[in-house]
Amino acid sequence: MAFLDIQNLRKTYCNEADCIVALDHVSLKIKEGVFLGVMGPSGSGKSTLLSILGGLCRPSEGQVVIDEIDLYALSSEKRADFRREYLGFVFQAFNLIPYLTARENVMLPLAVKNISVKEKREMASQVLERVGLGQRFNHLPTQLSGGEQERVAIARALVNAPPLILADEPTGSLDSSTSREIMDLFQQLNSEGQTILMVTHNVENRPYFDRTVVLRDGRVAEDQLREPKALAQAG
Amino acid sequence: MKLSSIAFNNLRRRKSRMAFLVIGLLIGVATVVTLISLSSALTADVQHKMENYGANILITPRSDNLSLSYGGITLGGVSLDPTEIYQADLEKIGTIRNNRNIAAVAPKVLGAVNIGSERVLLMGVDADKEFHLKRWWSIIGQPVTAENELVIGSAVAAKLALSPGDALDISGEQFTISGVLEKTGSQDDQLLIGSLPTAQRVLNKPGVVSLVEVAALCADCPVSDMVNQISEVLPGVDVNAIQQVVKTRMHALDQFRAFSLAIAAVVVLIGGLVVFVTMMGSVNERTREIGIFRALGFRRSHVMKLILFESVVVSLLAGLLGYFSGIGATWAILPFMTEHHVMLQWNPILAGLAVSLAVVVGCLASFYPALHASRLDPTEALRAL
Repeated sequence: MAFLDIQNLRKTYCNEADCIVALDHVSLKIKEGVFLGVMGPSGSGKSTLLSILGGLCRPSEGQVVIDEIDLYALSSEKRADFRREYLGFVFQAFNLIPYLTARENVMLPLAVKNISVKEKREMASQVLERVGLGQRFNHLPTQLSGGEQERVAIARALVNAPPLILADEPTGSLDSSTSREIMDLFQQLNSEGQTILMVTHNVENRPYFDRTVVLRDGRVAEDQLREPKALAQAG
Repeated sequence: MKLSSIAFNNLRRRKSRMAFLVIGLLIGVATVVTLISLSSALTADVQHKMENYGANILITPRSDNLSLSYGGITLGGVSLDPTEIYQADLEKIGTIRNNRNIAAVAPKVLGAVNIGSERVLLMGVDADKEFHLKRWWSIIGQPVTAENELVIGSAVAAKLALSPGDALDISGEQFTISGVLEKTGSQDDQLLIGSLPTAQRVLNKPGVVSLVEVAALCADCPVSDMVNQISEVLPGVDVNAIQQVVKTRMHALDQFRAFSLAIAAVVVLIGGLVVFVTMMGSVNERTREIGIFRALGFRRSHVMKLILFESVVVSLLAGLLGYFSGIGATWAILPFMTEHHVMLQWNPILAGLAVSLAVVVGCLASFYPALHASRLDPTEALRAL
C-alpha cells in the first residue's frame, strides 16, 4: 500500500453566483522516500492540493490516506495532532514568527508537547545544525538572510521527525543561487530517506524531483518519473 | 518553548499594545478600588466619630405625660418629675451584657437658679466625661476642674456680662467662671455648667440626676439591644436611642456607595470594551501567525489557551497596578473628604478582589477574540500572506 494515497479528490469553491473547480478528481499514490514535485501554472490547484494534504482544508469529495490514516475521518482537533506528528510544513515566504528567535521558531511544533524545555531545545539545536545553521540559534528572523530564514523554516518542519514534508514554493522568494542551495538541502534530506512533496512553478527545480506531477485546471496533466539523464544533471 | 513562553514573547514584543490593554483595565480596577476604599474609610470615619463624639443613648426619668416641648420651645404643663433617676442606680448600667460597648456614662442634674434677677439653668456634670464626650464644645478659658468652678454658655455670658475669671454668687455660694463656651447654636448656650456634686447641693437634689447620656461604641453593636438591656436594669426610667444623626449620615454614605458602584461598573465595562477591541484587533493582526500555529499542529484549544494566557498575564498586571493606583488615589483624595486622619490599611480582600475583577473582566473580554482566533480557517489565515 502506498504511503500517501490520494483518491478521487475534488474541491470546489462556491460563492452565491457560481462554483470554481480547483481540483477535479485527482488521484495519486505516492511511495515512501520519494521527492515529489507538483508543478503547474497559478490557478492549477497546486496550493489547494497541498492544503488538503496538510489537513487544513476539507475536500468536497474524495479521500486522503496517509500511512493508513484517513485524514478527513479525524476530527479537526485530531487532525491538528496528526499534523504535529506526521507532517512538516515549509511555507511560501518562510512564515517565521517574527518575535521568536531561530531556535524558538524551530521549537514551535514542540510547544504543546509534553517534554522538558531542555529536551526541546536540544532537538531544535540538532536540527538547526543539520540544516547548516549551527551558529545562529538566537537570531531573530529579521537578523537572518532569506536563505537562512528558509533553513529555519525547513528545520521547523523537520524537528518533529515527520514522515512527510509538505513544501509550498520554498524557493519562491529566493534568488537563484540561494534557491539551488535550498534545493540541494531538500535533496540531501530526501537522500536520507525523507519523503517530500513540494509545490512549485519554478521549472529549474524540476530536475531535483524523483517524480513530477503537473496539474492543469485541477486535473493531473502529466505524471512523470525522473529520467536517468535528469538525475545526472541534478547531481 | 511552551505556550506560555510564546505568549510572553509576544507581549514583550508588542509593548505598546500591552500597555494599552493594561491601562484600559487598570483604570477600571483603580476606580473600583478607590471608590470602595474611600467609602469604607468614610464609614470607618463616621463610626469613629460616633464612638468618640456624643451620646447615642439618652436616659430620662419616666414621665406619664407627653412632652410639650419641641426644638427648645416649652409650652408649660410639664410634670414636675414624679420619678427621678438615682445616681446610685447608674452603676447597674455597667452590668448589662453589652457593657463592653459602653464608652461613657455621663449623668447630669438640671435645675434653675437665681442670679440677681435672672433665672438660669444650672447643669451639674461629671466634668471629665462630659467634656470628653462633647468634643465639639470649644471653651474660651478652661473646662471645669474644681468644685466651685463654672463654664457658662455664650448666651449667659452675654446676658450677665461675664467672662473667664469673673466671680459669681449662686444661692450664697461663690463660684469662679473658668471658661465660656463658644456659641454652639444649641441649648448649651443657655447653661451654667458645674460639677455634679456641687450642682446637686446647690439645687438641693442630693444623689439624684435629671438625665443620663450614654455613649455606646457603635461600629456594629446593636443600639436597640443595648437600650433594652439598660431598660431591664433601670426599670423606672425611659431609655431611648438617638439615631437620627447617625442614620442620616449612614444613609448619605450608602447613597455614595451605591453611586460609586454604578460609576465603577461603567468604568469597568469600558475597560472590558477596551480589552475586547484591542484583543480583537490583535487577533486580526495575527491571523497569519495563528494560521502558522494551526498548520504546525496547534489544536484550536491551544490557540485559545495562548490568547487567554496573554489576557491573564495582562489582567494580573492590571489588577495589581490597579489596586495600588486605587489605594494611592484614595490616599490623595481622603484628606479632602474628612478632617480626621483615617488610616489606610493593607486590605488583602480588596487586593484579591481587584486582581480577580481584572482577571474576570480581562478573560471575559478576551474570550470571544480567543474563540474567533481558534476558529480561523488555517488556509484563509495562511493566505493572508
